[in-house]
Amino acid sequence: MSVDLATVKRVARLARIAVTDEEAVKMEGELNTILGFVDQLNEVDVSGVEPMTSVMPMDMKKRPDIVTDGGKAADIVANAPATEENYFLVPKVVE
Amino acid sequence: MSVLTSLTIAQAREKLQKKEITSAELTDAYLGAIMAANQTLNAYVAVTADIAQEGARRSDEKLAKGEGGALEGIPLGIKDLFGTEDVHTQACSHILDGFKPRYESTVTANLWADGAVMLGKLNMDEFAMGSSNETSYYGAVTNPWRAKNDDKPLVPGGSSGGSATAVAAHLCAGATATDTGGSIRQPAAFTGTVGIKPTYGRCSRWGVVAFASSLDQAGPITRDVRDAAIMLKSMASVDPKDTTSVDLPVPNYEAAIGQSVKGMKIGIPKEYRMEGMSAEIEALWDKGIAWLKDAGAEIVEISLPHTHYALPAYYIVAPAEASSNLARYDGVRYGLRVPGRDITDMYEKTRAAGFGAEVKRRIMIGTYVLSSGYYDAYYLRAQKVRTLIKRDFENVFHAGVDAILTPATPSAAFGINDQEMAADPVKMYLNDIFTVTVNMAGLPGIAVPAGLDSNGLPLGLQLIGKPFDEETLFRAGHVIEQAAGRFQPDHWW
Repeated sequence: MSVDLATVKRVARLARIAVTDEEAVKMEGELNTILGFVDQLNEVDVSGVEPMTSVMPMDMKKRPDIVTDGGKAADIVANAPATEENYFLVPKVVE
Repeated sequence: MSVLTSLTIAQAREKLQKKEITSAELTDAYLGAIMAANQTLNAYVAVTADIAQEGARRSDEKLAKGEGGALEGIPLGIKDLFGTEDVHTQACSHILDGFKPRYESTVTANLWADGAVMLGKLNMDEFAMGSSNETSYYGAVTNPWRAKNDDKPLVPGGSSGGSATAVAAHLCAGATATDTGGSIRQPAAFTGTVGIKPTYGRCSRWGVVAFASSLDQAGPITRDVRDAAIMLKSMASVDPKDTTSVDLPVPNYEAAIGQSVKGMKIGIPKEYRMEGMSAEIEALWDKGIAWLKDAGAEIVEISLPHTHYALPAYYIVAPAEASSNLARYDGVRYGLRVPGRDITDMYEKTRAAGFGAEVKRRIMIGTYVLSSGYYDAYYLRAQKVRTLIKRDFENVFHAGVDAILTPATPSAAFGINDQEMAADPVKMYLNDIFTVTVNMAGLPGIAVPAGLDSNGLPLGLQLIGKPFDEETLFRAGHVIEQAAGRFQPDHWW
């Protein structure tokens, strides 16, 4: 399979990465090289094969549903580019 | 290089315990070596001299009282991927500008609890995506090795290029690293150092910047096999904060060093003899086989039929997981923000400015293969192929093979700014051809220096083990090290 320029732009939009027309053209070539490379997987017979979901066979660990940590609002916003009173600030979303 | 910085971890440990040297002296020697070398080699992106000296002082107090942990007073470098509290942690990306976490990763916390001293943060490919350390926002790292009669700067490999260079050039006693497709073993092979990627689940991933969560594992890069065993013992733990951390006690890996490999069954996978393989790599592999045979191991030819499909499957699984993991970098909670006319515009501009070309390429591939209508054809199929790759290994181990010997890389280190690799991303990806199967199957793998090529550059061999059987790798790796000797670059920087 391969991608065209419109698909590259659509995927960039999904990935929330702004691309110029020039960049999109360059990406189209690169992505098609990679997609061409991974196309070899179609040679493999995978009928009846389960997809890997856990790298090491183990039961999912569960913990009691209790509060074990918290009260760290200042730590959580410490690295944010814009904050006010322990809130993250973003451009206006709702009019 | 001063005498102090030429000590291995094991040697420094002994001298510290005998009070022949102090951690303060050792730490200052390393800080001096970093100051002198870093402008040329660019291994460190942040040097934490104050933290190092304060840590060394505390270690010396403990050592004076005859106390202290397994790594008391040993100065280490930390890959920039590990979260270190209040210290530069940016995965060498522009998008994490200024990020200083308010927490410590479990692996580094384990090291500090054992008394290790932090020298600083090490350069790496941006978000660990690369095989040459050239995708770092902080610029390329220069390999301390150069070809005979040639001043051309070479890459140290990647993504843990800063870690490998710092260890090879004696800018730290040992370094932490991470490996998603070969990022510990390939740079170790390119620099004549030892690197082990442990079994998936052995080291906690908590607090380590995520690239591909089902493949990422932390491990050490060190000067010799014993040091790797010492460091891994401290890095590994059972961690309730990582649900994939496995509930198995951490063995004393160092006890495996020096144990015989007599009667051990070593598999040689025929699929790794690839078309167009260089004669030098083939000769190195044959030498490794002979060394293990001479030490009493039984050599058997094995088949891992799906080897050929590991790399293409990896380039679906890893970008898919990366596109999901890297969605969090949106200019809201940390790092870079580029203003936009609305929130979507802000996201798009921030991510366009903050991510480098290789990271964008992988996010794009990952987004595409996970997008509606393509998930089954790409991601699901790749995860099925992964099951087959793992099954290949299980069959071989079930048949009695204890470990598998392969080359670590298809070539020695190549030049910085290699035009062929720059023109074709897949060519760069082929660096991981021998290492990536191990990540896909979650197995442990160690790269050990085994010789020099005709240009005088180091080459490594890789041993692959059963899940949680790192001890066999240390045993067999030590046999290779004893036979091959150790390799050190001339000091030119």
